[in-house]
Amino acid sequence: MTTPPAAAAPALHHHHHVSLSHMVKDSIAAGLLAALLALPLLGFHLLDSAQGLHLDTRFPLVLWAGLIVFGGRLGLSLAGAAIARRMSHQPATAAENVSAAPAKPKPIRKIAGWIMVAVALVLPFLPFSDRNLVDKATLLLIYVMLGWGLNIVVGLAGLLDLGYVAFYAVGAYSYALLSQYFGLNFWVCLPLAGLLSASFGMALGFPVLRLRGDYLAIVTLGFGEIIRVILLNWQDFTGGPNGIASIKRPSFFGLPFTAVSMDGQPSFAQFFGLDFSPDHRIIFLYYLILVLALATNLFTLRIRKLPIGRAWEALREDETACRSLGINPTKTKLSAFAIGAMFAGFAGSFFATRQGFISPESFTFIESAIILAIVVLGGMGSQIGIVLAAILLVGLPEWFRDLQLYRMLAFGGAMVLIMLWRPRGLLSSREPTIRLGDAPEAAE
Amino acid sequence: MSRAPLLTVEHLTMRFGGLTAVNDLSFTAYRNEITAIIGPNGAGKTTVFNCLTGFYKPSVGRLTLTPAHGKSFLLERTEGFRIAKDARVARTFQNIRLFSGMSVLENLVVAQHNALMKASAYSLAGLFGLPGYRKAERQAVEIARYWLDKVGLTAHADWSAGNLPYGSQRRLEIARAMCTQPVLLCLDEPAAGLNPKESLELNTLLRDIRKEHGIGILLIEHDMSVVMQISDHVVVLDHGAPLSDGSPEQVRNDPAVIRAYLGAADDEDLPPEIAVPAAGGTH
Repeated sequence: MTTPPAAAAPALHHHHHVSLSHMVKDSIAAGLLAALLALPLLGFHLLDSAQGLHLDTRFPLVLWAGLIVFGGRLGLSLAGAAIARRMSHQPATAAENVSAAPAKPKPIRKIAGWIMVAVALVLPFLPFSDRNLVDKATLLLIYVMLGWGLNIVVGLAGLLDLGYVAFYAVGAYSYALLSQYFGLNFWVCLPLAGLLSASFGMALGFPVLRLRGDYLAIVTLGFGEIIRVILLNWQDFTGGPNGIASIKRPSFFGLPFTAVSMDGQPSFAQFFGLDFSPDHRIIFLYYLILVLALATNLFTLRIRKLPIGRAWEALREDETACRSLGINPTKTKLSAFAIGAMFAGFAGSFFATRQGFISPESFTFIESAIILAIVVLGGMGSQIGIVLAAILLVGLPEWFRDLQLYRMLAFGGAMVLIMLWRPRGLLSSREPTIRLGDAPEAAE
Repeated sequence: MSRAPLLTVEHLTMRFGGLTAVNDLSFTAYRNEITAIIGPNGAGKTTVFNCLTGFYKPSVGRLTLTPAHGKSFLLERTEGFRIAKDARVARTFQNIRLFSGMSVLENLVVAQHNALMKASAYSLAGLFGLPGYRKAERQAVEIARYWLDKVGLTAHADWSAGNLPYGSQRRLEIARAMCTQPVLLCLDEPAAGLNPKESLELNTLLRDIRKEHGIGILLIEHDMSVVMQISDHVVVLDHGAPLSDGSPEQVRNDPAVIRAYLGAADDEDLPPEIAVPAAGGTH
């Protein structure tokens, strides 16, 4: 590798070209820093022997740490320089066109979406599928649905909500309590749970109307905790820390998934003349959440192209300008909160019926954080990006449960890498909701 | 042509704690006219705009809007977004406020939010794609197309608004304000940062708007070539107080204005050709 020809490159791009000696110096500095950090962490080792504690030194490890960081840093800089040089060879006008005027919608993303839907539809019947896989896919889909729901609030309307799990909890407890106290079945409770969650969304929305950004995040975080603490302490009503057990499982339009018929009702297996298998319920739950999640997606895709969806996005961009155009910021914000919360409510009541047991344990802050991370990593506002991020953040840790120790390490590492390379999320390019060509001129 | 008042500002005063940004300002803007508000930096021009468009609540004063059709509005009692929605006063901002992540066309469609919201039956008809809504959306696009043609941005309709060059962003902001179908258009320094050619195009655009849409335009501007060429009526502010009010010629020859702009201490210091008071200069 020779020194990059800084002089030969166009003046505009000169900042991409850093000389080799500079890179080496930079890498040495990084290596030294790593070694310095590693010295107390790796360099000394406390040994517990029969004679008592004594200190052991492991300086070669420190050296290795320094060398690895030096090599990695140098490799990154060289790769970066190579990319920058390749970019600078492209004609500037072409690059400008790509960035400024997004041409026709990318069909690849659409095709990828349909392939994902197709795979999801046949997943339970693939040769390698088993109970475990379908169960994990169900869990993944819950997070995808929550991600899509939160995306309405955070991705579209730009309201940073750190307490989203509260609405998920409201949905779950709505179903559990309604079925416990009134014996209502899942299909009646589902819309009720959505409605209740939406009203909680409104209730939270009112006091935080004037808040933005960090302040909004803190208040919503507090709201999430308040809901959890209430659920924990209102022992008579919610069962407190013991939660609610033996929640009614869902039925296939009245046909229960049981081995024998109950109360004269034929079971699902009997009705269709199948041999009873516990897998039926698992597969049914999988399809149920798939339908719910796809409905959330369809709703979001549609509402983005409606005036209210556009107003949400406009609100995210500039609230002052919105007001100057006669858009009511109060109504717009509340509707975003309410609709986002509604989908969390649906997901929550599904969660309750799937688990058969809920307790405040399931609705801690870390859940909100994971859902928010899914939305942010996916690329705010991108539907497919959210699926990818959910697979990355929820799916992979589930599948690699055996590697217990390294799970959090990989999680943190992945986060750092994504923030470095894709600070705006995995898929961050935004597709306009309407194009001038879309509306046919000869329509009238 | 008889002058029909569109906006009447009476005794407008705006105080921020101990600071009086606007002090007892009264003026009238007429329909079909371009009224310019000028004054040195810090004279309180933008504060007047913010009072008019509901961003500030005036400490004292009455702001009456009398459109040609429909009832009149007391703007100081109208909630912020309703001034744009019901009273139909549109504005632009000194530092452009576009929805920069959205496309140019989307910016213009968002501006027609209230009409479209009604047509979509508050999203229900839109959600199911009913024909009534689709027709309304087509109309909205047609209105947007008209304004895109007017400001010369049709070719860039699908660009991100934030990627447009500065001058185009200024024009887009005016087009967006016009898409709300206002009766009064308030422009906060529309020529700031424009080159002479763009400035000239702006003059043509504003004259066109006044002529073809019959609305009143209120203008804050530093660029005297714009003010003097297109305004029908000029109001001068200095340190929050009204200084002069009249036609461009009257204001140009008003010794008080010259004093404020050139910073002369007394009349005696002025060169004789300027110091001659023009007839009817001040009210």
